[in-house]
Amino acid sequence: MHNVYIYIFGMALVTYLIRVLPLTLIRKEIKNRTIRSFLYYVPYVTLAVMTFPAILDATQSPISAVAALALAVVMAWFGMGLFPVAVLSSVAVFVLELFL
Amino acid sequence: MSRKRNYLRGMKAGIPISLGYFAVAITLGIAAKDAGLTAFQATLTSFLINASAGEYIGFTLIAAGASYFEVFLMEAIANARYMLMSAALSQKLKPGTNTIQRMLLGYCITDENFGVSIALDERLDPFYTYGVATVAIPGWSLGTLCGAILGSVLPTSLLSALGVSLYGMFISVFVPESKKNKIVAGLVVVSFVLSYIFSRVPIFDGISQGVKIIVLTVVISLAAALIFPVKEDKKDA
Repeated sequence: MHNVYIYIFGMALVTYLIRVLPLTLIRKEIKNRTIRSFLYYVPYVTLAVMTFPAILDATQSPISAVAALALAVVMAWFGMGLFPVAVLSSVAVFVLELFL
Repeated sequence: MSRKRNYLRGMKAGIPISLGYFAVAITLGIAAKDAGLTAFQATLTSFLINASAGEYIGFTLIAAGASYFEVFLMEAIANARYMLMSAALSQKLKPGTNTIQRMLLGYCITDENFGVSIALDERLDPFYTYGVATVAIPGWSLGTLCGAILGSVLPTSLLSALGVSLYGMFISVFVPESKKNKIVAGLVVVSFVLSYIFSRVPIFDGISQGVKIIVLTVVISLAAALIFPVKEDKKDA
């Protein structure tokens, strides 16, 4: 029989090391242009990959998800901040699903 | 700007994250309970790990009675993307951030906390991210606790609406940059398409969500770095 706490603390340790090692080990500004470019692109690519198609399964209907996605893109494009974009896409899903 | 001011700004940015986390973590709490964990153990896991996909995989494997090694290895694979985020943040940090501050910041890295931190125009003061985490992480832990204790008492319509807010946050990070930089805009489209193919084509079914994310991120970002290296005046990566 496995001990649940060993699972929990082991998983926590592994995850923490992954999160903390680059931050503590990379102390200097990276000069290599390819690595710099790679790290510049990483956040946008990873957030895009995580958003789609996962957003389609986040709501009760893909229709409300697509509507929320489109609305969020438009709001962000026209300069609305993180908070209003997040809240208004949620409201859009809630309202739309009343009718779907 | 002062630490306190940045901390408070971070807390404000953490509010929608916290609400979204609360909703998402309820499902996680239910999964933990199904895997045989107590409500305390489920909440402790969420507090220590703060990773949706990683925790899901962990609970699934624990339920299956997998070995410690298998569980820790899968945890590393599912969460490997945080290594990339951590490396990106190391270049974003304001000069003079010490080791203790970096170690604390490491704990705070989640997809969303990273998203809002990397989106700042200025160099990152870790206190901003601490502020985000102070509000966001309790949402995650409490959501897990509620899920484990209450099960699915909240109406699905509410969970459905809250669940989408996390993606609204991601979108508000990559869209403004896409507006400024056409290459980023193109990469977002490529990412959407490839990610869709990866998730819908059956031959990729055996690959976990965490692995798909890291493979796509590395391949697309590396290709972009080689084909479109960033000009040296754009240093605020």
